[in-house]
Amino acid sequence: MLAFLIKRTANAAFVMLAVALLAFVIFRFFGDPVEMMVNEQATQADRAELRERLGLNDSFVTQYTRFVTNAAQGDFGISYRNQQDVMVLIGERFPATFELVLVATVISLVVGIPLGVITAVHRNSRLANALQLGSIVGVSLPSFVVGILLILGFSVSLGWLPAFGRGETVDIGWWSTGLLTPSGRAALVLPALSLSTFQITLVMRLVRAEMLETLRSDYVKFARARGVPKARVHWVHALRNCLMPVITLTGMQIGNLIAFALVTETVFQWPGMGLLFIQAVTFVDIPVMAAYLMLVSFIFVLLNTLVDVTYAWVDPRLRDDAAKAGGANG
Amino acid sequence: MADISPMTDTPKPPAETALPRRTRLTALRESDLWYSFRSHPSAIFAACLLALVALSALLAPLITPQDPYDLAALELWNAEIPPIWNAQGQWPYILGTDTQGRDILSAILYGSRISLVIGFASVMVALAVGLSLGLIAGYFGGWIDNVIMRLGDVLLSMPFILIAILITAVATAALPTHLKDVLAAPILILAIAVPSWVQYARTVRASAMVERKKDYVSAARLIRVKAWRIMLHHILPNCMTPILVAATLNFGLAILSEATLSFLGVGMPPDQPSLGTLIRVGNQYLFSGLWWIVVFPAIQLCLIVLSVNMIGDWLRDALNPKLR
Repeated sequence: MLAFLIKRTANAAFVMLAVALLAFVIFRFFGDPVEMMVNEQATQADRAELRERLGLNDSFVTQYTRFVTNAAQGDFGISYRNQQDVMVLIGERFPATFELVLVATVISLVVGIPLGVITAVHRNSRLANALQLGSIVGVSLPSFVVGILLILGFSVSLGWLPAFGRGETVDIGWWSTGLLTPSGRAALVLPALSLSTFQITLVMRLVRAEMLETLRSDYVKFARARGVPKARVHWVHALRNCLMPVITLTGMQIGNLIAFALVTETVFQWPGMGLLFIQAVTFVDIPVMAAYLMLVSFIFVLLNTLVDVTYAWVDPRLRDDAAKAGGANG
Repeated sequence: MADISPMTDTPKPPAETALPRRTRLTALRESDLWYSFRSHPSAIFAACLLALVALSALLAPLITPQDPYDLAALELWNAEIPPIWNAQGQWPYILGTDTQGRDILSAILYGSRISLVIGFASVMVALAVGLSLGLIAGYFGGWIDNVIMRLGDVLLSMPFILIAILITAVATAALPTHLKDVLAAPILILAIAVPSWVQYARTVRASAMVERKKDYVSAARLIRVKAWRIMLHHILPNCMTPILVAATLNFGLAILSEATLSFLGVGMPPDQPSLGTLIRVGNQYLFSGLWWIVVFPAIQLCLIVLSVNMIGDWLRDALNPKLR
């Protein structure tokens, strides 16, 4: 187990170093950092001095090592656009994205699991076929289109829910939450729904496939033979056995949801990390781009590694195979 | 055998020529795949829908009332006309016009062209790169396999959309202004292809690793068939089924990704709008009641992706030997 743990950690570290290299190359070679930081009147001597002070004359390896060391301590430098510490900027935006992703995940589970069970239990019924078709539609709808249609329906036509922003927030320490005020909760509804559409269909399809397997197994037949009520067999006995893969999928998808939240955040002008990133892309604010890339990749790699390690811990047979195959299976 | 030899000069028995010749078309019509296609209404529906979309996009210059790129054809007094079924609707603007007097239907058909071409091209690039790298990795093994697959691991450890945005952002930042719009489409194709080749490479690599140990490959190598020939003619055909399914589903995903990137403002510029760009532009008028500018391109986008995904789903089941 220890060998597996070391191997898996080394793998994750390798991937993070490669991502850091990518971020560093973008940071260093696209757009001159000195040109971005000085004002128009700076003389040639000023520029040379700044260049020396920033260490841009050092060798590639030295600069890369410094970049990684700083990044590991959460130091990504100063934003070109608003001259603020990048990590402070991201830290301010993180709670908004986190709450959005959390609520979207909860919605996807609460809606997706029952739909999956229904389509599996009543297979080939009209309802199940309609839901199955609906799931293909759900996969095919781009999340920004869902967002726009929701705004058109619930904000423009009906005027029930706000179309942009986060509403009022309450600060708890450094964490600003929108979950405690009515306007904050109302503002969360549409973005969370639009972010969760894809995830709902994913959960639904997975639960359906797992349930179809489980319903064929002996213990379900015996439970029926014993006269356990149908609903109890389906929703308690069978469903419980399907939940492990759902938990895995949900865990691994959180990284994807954080990345995909940037689309939702753009549609709803939700003040999260994704919106910050898109604005940074428009203004070529490279330190912010590099920091966001590193942070999201870190969360992604961390979740993948945790899932792999948990699996290997539960099932010793996987230790050897997974170590051989290596890499994150995203 | 000797008693048959006098017969060789006589023409073939007429019974044989009377049989219909076995052309490719009849081979297709007798295949299992065609049978499965005919018995799936959703597959037929999706194929017809996709054919209709592709045909109307292809013939766009002939059937649209207006060239949406020709600024001289736009008249400001034709701006903001609602769809034809509305009381203020005007012929020939069936789906209405935008704020500059551009016909929405024309813009959609021209935009579908761009979306379809970029989606198709990015799948082709990803296929070409993924299949060759996967074959090389699986056939040769060793350090080259390690390098290629590690590169793939790194790409898969970042979210798809993030890689695509980074590539377009970096490319546009690095290019001089006058080249940006010209190269927008190639950059997008590359941005979508880079994170998606890994899947093909992994599939083909797994199968190449199994096949290269088999006797027929050893035999081919023994008579000095060249390595690339063994890979292309002997190993590759053995793994085309999963590749075909993946490529179909990825075509839908590629169109979605292109639309998302254009919507975010890092894709096609407003003067050569794809469906995503049209939605991005229309999104600004959401609150001024001009819903048709954004809704119709969105519907077209959804119809394209939906039909591609339905075909992909059907293909996956039809080609899966376990489900036959």
